[in-house]
Amino acid sequence: MKKWLVGLSLAAILPACVTINIYFPAAAAEKAADKIIDEVWQLKQGQEGAKPTDAPAGKPADTPADAPAK
Amino acid sequence: MKKLLLSLLVVVTIFAANGAVAAADLEINTPAIAALKASMQTRHGQLSPFYSSGAVGLTKDGMIAIKDANAVPLKDRGALNGLVSAENADRANLYKEIATANGHPEWQGDIQNTFAGRWIDKAQGGWWYQGAGGWVKK
Repeated sequence: MKKWLVGLSLAAILPACVTINIYFPAAAAEKAADKIIDEVWQLKQGQEGAKPTDAPAGKPADTPADAPAK
Repeated sequence: MKKLLLSLLVVVTIFAANGAVAAADLEINTPAIAALKASMQTRHGQLSPFYSSGAVGLTKDGMIAIKDANAVPLKDRGALNGLVSAENADRANLYKEIATANGHPEWQGDIQNTFAGRWIDKAQGGWWYQGAGGWVKK
């Protein structure tokens, strides 16, 4: 009986462990997107939408040392 | 009974470890992604006024498109077309690079959809984006 239970729980849970890494990690993707968008649009916390529309959001203030591709 | 409990503990541990892997951050620190970011960051300085004027809007699929060419003087429209094409090429590459950097090229579409929502969420007030029924001013 005990063995049967262990076997059943293993059979139920192990496939889930295999598939879980194949699921798209939506939360991690949102985090990554936010990070990239903040850099591309030069948004710092609290600045988003605070500037008028014609504010030069594209001034590269802290551009990394590697040269742009274009 | 002890054995059963131990087995369950092992199973739970394995499960938790897998969950932790799934919840980890996506890899976005590759040279290719850095180059695309830098390129898009530079271009944003040129695109920004077009977002504000409504000439260019954010599409619901994570790209950008010319929304109102009339907002731009005729002589500048060619340059604007070039900017939009270059930006969309970078964006497509970015989504692809993130998917491949994480070992799942098939995630490209999901990543693109995720970005689509985030670009619009982070857009400034007054910019245009594509809603379900067409262009909407934020």
